[in-house]
Amino acid sequence: MDITMADIRSWMTVLEMALFIGIVWWAYGRRRKTDFDEAARLVLDDEDLVPAPGRRPRAGGR
Amino acid sequence: MQEQTTYNYKVVRQFAIMTLVWGIVGMLVGVIIAAQLLWPDLTYGVPWLSYGRLRPLHTNAVIFAFGGSALFATSYYAVQRTCHVRLFAGPLAAFTFWGWQLVILLAAVTLPLGYTSGKEYAELEWPIDILITLVWVSYAIVFFGTVATRKVKHIYVANWFFGGFILTVALLHLVNSAEIPVSMWKSYSAYAGVQDAMVQWWYGHNAVGFFLTAGFLGMMYYFVPKQAGRPVYSYRLSVVHFWALIFTYMWAGPHHLHYTALPDWAQSVGMVFSLILLAPSWGGMINGIMTLSGAWHKLRTDPILKFLITSLSFYGMSTFEGPMMSIKTVNSLSHYTDWTIGHVHSGALGWVAMISIGSLYYMIPRLFGKSEMHSIRLITLHFWVATIGVVLYIAAMWIAGVMQGLMWRAVNPDGTLTYSFVESVKATYPFYAIRLLGGTMFLGGMFIMAYNVWRTVVGAKAVDAPIMRPAAAH
Repeated sequence: MDITMADIRSWMTVLEMALFIGIVWWAYGRRRKTDFDEAARLVLDDEDLVPAPGRRPRAGGR
Repeated sequence: MQEQTTYNYKVVRQFAIMTLVWGIVGMLVGVIIAAQLLWPDLTYGVPWLSYGRLRPLHTNAVIFAFGGSALFATSYYAVQRTCHVRLFAGPLAAFTFWGWQLVILLAAVTLPLGYTSGKEYAELEWPIDILITLVWVSYAIVFFGTVATRKVKHIYVANWFFGGFILTVALLHLVNSAEIPVSMWKSYSAYAGVQDAMVQWWYGHNAVGFFLTAGFLGMMYYFVPKQAGRPVYSYRLSVVHFWALIFTYMWAGPHHLHYTALPDWAQSVGMVFSLILLAPSWGGMINGIMTLSGAWHKLRTDPILKFLITSLSFYGMSTFEGPMMSIKTVNSLSHYTDWTIGHVHSGALGWVAMISIGSLYYMIPRLFGKSEMHSIRLITLHFWVATIGVVLYIAAMWIAGVMQGLMWRAVNPDGTLTYSFVESVKATYPFYAIRLLGGTMFLGGMFIMAYNVWRTVVGAKAVDAPIMRPAAAH
């Protein structure tokens, strides 16, 4: 059987779909949770010289 | 050495200020051409100021000069701070600034003179295309060099989006701008016929997807958490968001060529992928907006957050509208009408400009050693003027567009057209006036911002923040 470009393209599509499902499965794995929580905090732990206006304690806030 | 212990804020400052300058220039040209549609003799028939030449100047100025400078500024800022390292290859970073400004100046001269390759959003002629390539490769070296020399293990998600944007735009530019020069200022595309059209809109749509979306999503993932003081809603979702966008955006281009010589199956593929795109787009929007969950009260008092969150609302709206317009039957009504212009501006003004403006208001005081902008009330004023301006603009264009589509397809019982084309132009006239008003308001907001930035920056010392050690060692 000759392998045509169409075959290669079809397999690529299947492969990419599998790869994407794999990424979703990986990202939502339980073990990723702590790593990702830490990664999400990464930007906030980097303190500026000046206080961010949004984070000042504010009178009348909920 | 002092040099080694601070972040490179100089190039960020340069790009941040030029974002504002090019924003005003690009939007001013937009206002002028909007006025030309209302008063066609406005520029006395001077060829350099004709609509056909100013329109590409407007699109290039707002996308590549304003949007591009905003992306350079924010990506250089975020990548240094999240990698806890000074920008890689400082002189090369300086080259990206001066090189990019030269590209913009050359565009501002050649487009009004009528030099164009005729490819939408890629009009610049071949010598400028080569300069763009040099600047972009330098940008990639600076950005990925910084990521490679990072002092933390993890590459924060904003950098993935910025990185995806840089790589994809390099690919798009190289493929679509392949051209054969015939003289110093004239070249012809390397492709012909329908292949040329498909390559053009593969480029065109991915310019929207990666230049105007992925890059600005990088902004969202850095500046929304920073300004809200909360981590992103779901980091897992951000990972899936990134890869879903990468896997689907590339195939949506054919929806620009519905009912053309492009094979029918290719049109359908474009339509299906455009519909799939709704999922990652809304996933990203929800992730950004929900970052505020538990801190919604901040939205009431913080106009910078107002800009950021409203931009995400417009992003959600235009990424819902886009897939709907890619459906062939809807497209048969909407294509070639002003509905498209309304859709583009809900994305460009509502999403791209507003998230850039919010990010600039966050960055500028920090780049000049201030704790906040000169006037918070002026930011609030800017927010309302800009928001009302966008709403007027897009509402006018929606109504005009649907009306045009309906008038063009109306047929009498005997099969003749109910309306001549000029009748639809006449009916559009009042909506062009409303659009001009909306656009002028948005531009007015930029002038408010310019004054506020001027008052913040003048007399202030340029400050390069010291590099912070990563907080928690693990």
